[in-house]
Amino acid sequence: MNPAPFTYHRPGTIAEAITLLTQHEDEAKLIAGGHSLLPVMKLRLAEPAHLIDLTGASDEGLRSVTLDGDTLTIGALVTHRTLERDATIRQAAPLLAETATHVGDRQVRARGTLGGTLAHADPAADYPAAVLAMGGTIVAQGPDGTREIPVEEFFLGLLTTALSPDEIVIAYRIPAAPAGTGVSYQKVANQASGYAIIGVAAQVSGGTVRVGVTGATGTAFRATAVEEALSGGSIDAAAIDAATAGITDGMDLLDDIAASSAYRARLVPGLIKRAVLEAAGRAS
Amino acid sequence: MTDTQAPATTPVTLTVNGKEQTATTEDRTLLVNFLRNELGLTGTHVGCQTGQCGACTVVLDGEAVKSCMVLATQAAGHEVMTVEGLGKGSELHPIQEAFWEEHGLQCGYCTPGMLLSTYTLLQDTPDPDDAAIRHGIEGNICRCTGYHNIVKSVREAARRTSGTGTSTPEVAE
Repeated sequence: MNPAPFTYHRPGTIAEAITLLTQHEDEAKLIAGGHSLLPVMKLRLAEPAHLIDLTGASDEGLRSVTLDGDTLTIGALVTHRTLERDATIRQAAPLLAETATHVGDRQVRARGTLGGTLAHADPAADYPAAVLAMGGTIVAQGPDGTREIPVEEFFLGLLTTALSPDEIVIAYRIPAAPAGTGVSYQKVANQASGYAIIGVAAQVSGGTVRVGVTGATGTAFRATAVEEALSGGSIDAAAIDAATAGITDGMDLLDDIAASSAYRARLVPGLIKRAVLEAAGRAS
Repeated sequence: MTDTQAPATTPVTLTVNGKEQTATTEDRTLLVNFLRNELGLTGTHVGCQTGQCGACTVVLDGEAVKSCMVLATQAAGHEVMTVEGLGKGSELHPIQEAFWEEHGLQCGYCTPGMLLSTYTLLQDTPDPDDAAIRHGIEGNICRCTGYHNIVKSVREAARRTSGTGTSTPEVAE
């Protein structure tokens, strides 16, 4: 089951890749790990005439994890396997390391990249929940240079981000988590695919609570009402129950073969409770 | 673009089981089909073709990957190990011996992938407990429901390759 034929490009830099994107516009697709794109190409749901492979790009920083003072920068081609094991990530972005262990399986984690999963914005992907709970910016490069997009403004909808068609994610940048930060990622996974039916990422740091939710609707979101209710106060089951009451009211919850919207409505507060309690228990 | 258009081809050179190999193939050829059809290495199996079952697992630059999810051209210039590279001729690798000894297979279709996932797992976790074994091979599906013996096989393989054998007994999940 091969994909439909395409012209393969392997640019040596991101700038060359952007030039190719500009030339071929919506006839082109970017590929890195390929674990989201190749399956839809095999099914002919995507038939790009031009495939632009980013794995040949040798720009500095694309594959590295750099802690510069308090700022952590993770290159877009860093794989999930690196994210789950790298000592700097485990210390400065523990929620990302924890979430990475839940992505796919070992082989998938060896190929899949941080930039790929963020740019793809799958509604059931794990990282959108984590980065929303962590904050920071997505660094994107386009024809006119680079810009940083706050994560809160990055995910716009189903498979849709704030990236322009000629922009490429080159990094994710965040302030390093302070010592004593507690994190947790809780997920009920589709048994067949491993994707999240619901995934909740929580980070508790110095009394501030941040919560990201994936799998519930067309795009991941921050549970801001829960964050506001719990930040600075006592974090216990009763407080979380009160904060999550009615959280999915009015939401357009996904309803599909993996889970009904009614089941998702139960999972969202349940997993928020588990994640926040575990994160708070790990915080100091 | 349709499937009837003349497909683009490129020579692909990669190192397979320590030996440099070159073959010209379509740009859209998946690594698993390149290994099987161009290089004749049919030990790598084709299963689901959707990146879920792990039958096509090979080792790419030291990491287990699903070769149905990699374009052959993406592997150009890289190092691949297939199940044919695990043993030496008729001499089995200790992981293969362990699977034989502990009956870690029934039909054998998933076995090449299981062996290579085990190989990379033991590279970074020489003495995994059963939870680590199950996490390490979760990307490999066995439809003979042989997981119990597969876990025993991996435990035995760890004992044979690292010699410690201190894995914790299996607990109910």
